[in-house]
Amino acid sequence: MKPNFKRITHYRLFLPILCLVLVLLVNVIKTPTFFQLSIRNGVLYGYIIDVVNRASELVVLAVGMTLVVAASGGTDISVGSVMAVASAMSCFVLAGGQVSVNSYAAPWGFGLLAALVAATLCGAWNGFLVAKMRIQPMVATLILFTAGRGIAQLITRGQITYIRVDSYKYLGNFIPHVPLPTSIFVAILVVILTNLMLKKTALGLYIQSVGINKDASRLVGIKSNWIIFFVYTFCGFLSGIAGMIASSRIYSADANNIGLNMELDAILAVALGGNDLAGGKFNITGSVIGAYTIQALTTTLYAMGVTADQVPVYKAIVVVIIVTLQSEEFKKWFSKVTARRLLVEAKAVEA
Amino acid sequence: MRMKQKRPFNETVFLLKITITLFFVMYVIGMIVFREKGFTHFQTFLNLFISNASLIVIAAGMTVVMLTGGIDISVGSCVAMYCMMLAYMMERQGVGAVGAVAIVLGTGIVFGFVQGFLVSYLRIQPFIVTLAGMFFARGMTAIISVDMISIMDKQFLGWAQHKMYIPFGGYLSRKGVLIKPFIYPTVIIALLTLVVIYFMLKSTRFGRRIYAIGGSEQSALLMGLNVRRTRLNAYILEGFLTSIGGILFCLNTCSGFVEQARGYEMEAIAAAVIGGTLLTGGVGNVFGSLFGVLIKGTIETFITFQGTLSSWWTKISIAALLAFFIILQSILGNSKFHGREST
Repeated sequence: MKPNFKRITHYRLFLPILCLVLVLLVNVIKTPTFFQLSIRNGVLYGYIIDVVNRASELVVLAVGMTLVVAASGGTDISVGSVMAVASAMSCFVLAGGQVSVNSYAAPWGFGLLAALVAATLCGAWNGFLVAKMRIQPMVATLILFTAGRGIAQLITRGQITYIRVDSYKYLGNFIPHVPLPTSIFVAILVVILTNLMLKKTALGLYIQSVGINKDASRLVGIKSNWIIFFVYTFCGFLSGIAGMIASSRIYSADANNIGLNMELDAILAVALGGNDLAGGKFNITGSVIGAYTIQALTTTLYAMGVTADQVPVYKAIVVVIIVTLQSEEFKKWFSKVTARRLLVEAKAVEA
Repeated sequence: MRMKQKRPFNETVFLLKITITLFFVMYVIGMIVFREKGFTHFQTFLNLFISNASLIVIAAGMTVVMLTGGIDISVGSCVAMYCMMLAYMMERQGVGAVGAVAIVLGTGIVFGFVQGFLVSYLRIQPFIVTLAGMFFARGMTAIISVDMISIMDKQFLGWAQHKMYIPFGGYLSRKGVLIKPFIYPTVIIALLTLVVIYFMLKSTRFGRRIYAIGGSEQSALLMGLNVRRTRLNAYILEGFLTSIGGILFCLNTCSGFVEQARGYEMEAIAAAVIGGTLLTGGVGNVFGSLFGVLIKGTIETFITFQGTLSSWWTKISIAALLAFFIILQSILGNSKFHGREST
């Protein structure tokens, strides 16, 4: 039993690490300076720092998405829009309804709080639809996927709200005298705290159990609906954090572009992390590695001259390949083919 | 799978009745509120069809896949891709209008086939497949061209601008000229498609199979139906209908650009859901979806007539309506679908 289990965990992390190594290898061959770090103005610079930095939002989203996938076997496609809502909310509060401000209209904490509350509410709405109303996750989250950007537009009144205050830029850039981008720490913190929450309480186990069989879990006394409600709410909350980072990077709320296409990246990170998109067992570490891989891939594609609009094509193809490899039917077919080949080989040896 | 229980009332008919009533109530309210601005003209009613011709066809396709218990969220991006293909082929490659249309229809079938194959034969969740399809199509649009291309092809514009006057329902303008109401050929194509799909679902073997596998896949399998092939065919049909919808959309806008038809998938799904198609499959028909489309059109007309509201309100109100109707469905159907997910 034990070595078997070990083999599975080994296999689970095998795919994401392999992909990461491959992407990094391609980069090193293309740009030999890929791993070089330099210090400019007291902060670290380099390709690798850039990738890790830019991946922060995705890591945060991937953590939430992993739990959603694990518990409900569905995905939350509203994360990108919720990011836009959160950033719009924070900029609205901090700018006091103005289009562009040079000083806060309210303390920064209020902005953060407003963003996180708004995002959590969005998540709770998704959770309500999925857990209580038993609506398929993608249809439920499709509502916010489309309407979310509309809501964000309404909050910012269709304009891009700028917060031209240095401390607003800290989250997405650098805090003075710290050589690493702040968002890296935020991402790591989110991963550690979530892991603690899952491992130190029974929550992680409950989520797996609900994902494997919702009704059986309910019969053994786990409140399945509440678990599902919780993961969606938590995913909304994390989208809010990601939204704050994204908004801080451009010190504004751009309802149309913040978090654009992030939902596909997040789902891809989860799939690439070796998680089954049908729910059940999950592995946050895998998703995090998946998220860094995807960011590395995105950066590579940009470096190859692919524009932001075109990148989704390649990612969509990768998603289809991964889910095809994961699918039971494909595995069955594959094992049939290999079995037949083995049989042929055995016969050849006999003869 | 448990047997279908007898319910005190037919929920589809109930949902459809709500939808039709809602449409008429909204329309009458519009007539009263905006009577000064010409909401009462017959043309305003026809405009609902003119501006939503493509959505009528796409919603019909969406209804077909939803009846099998699947869904397709790639339609919005596909419409953008087809418009871009038409514009690119006609303007940059010199392909004739007929050829371009034929190529787009072929692409639609291929796209439907690939998605259908992944869904039915590899048993991947339809959402994941069509989500990938959505990003693929949108990205392909950008790969074809990142610039906006306007269509100048004479033949295509001829189709697009061919007004067909209707002999009744005209009104006298302020100058005393009789303004006859008109429609474009797109409306005829859309309504014809709708009728064909309706009868295909209602009285062909293929149509009944779609209802059967959506109602209960296992029962359909036990009855000896080829579930996989039926589902594949449903996706192919839907892909084809989406390409027709894309062409109609293009006839309306006469241009192709990356951001086109964003959020169209939700409008199509909303139209089908509002029209009484169950998300779980097996229940619904395309005429319900027509009313879903008309409701969406009426909301849009309200917002245009009102004048000061931003166009985002359309998306938000559609989303709100969709939420309302799926909650309603869920409440009506919870007893029926309880425990279904666990099978």
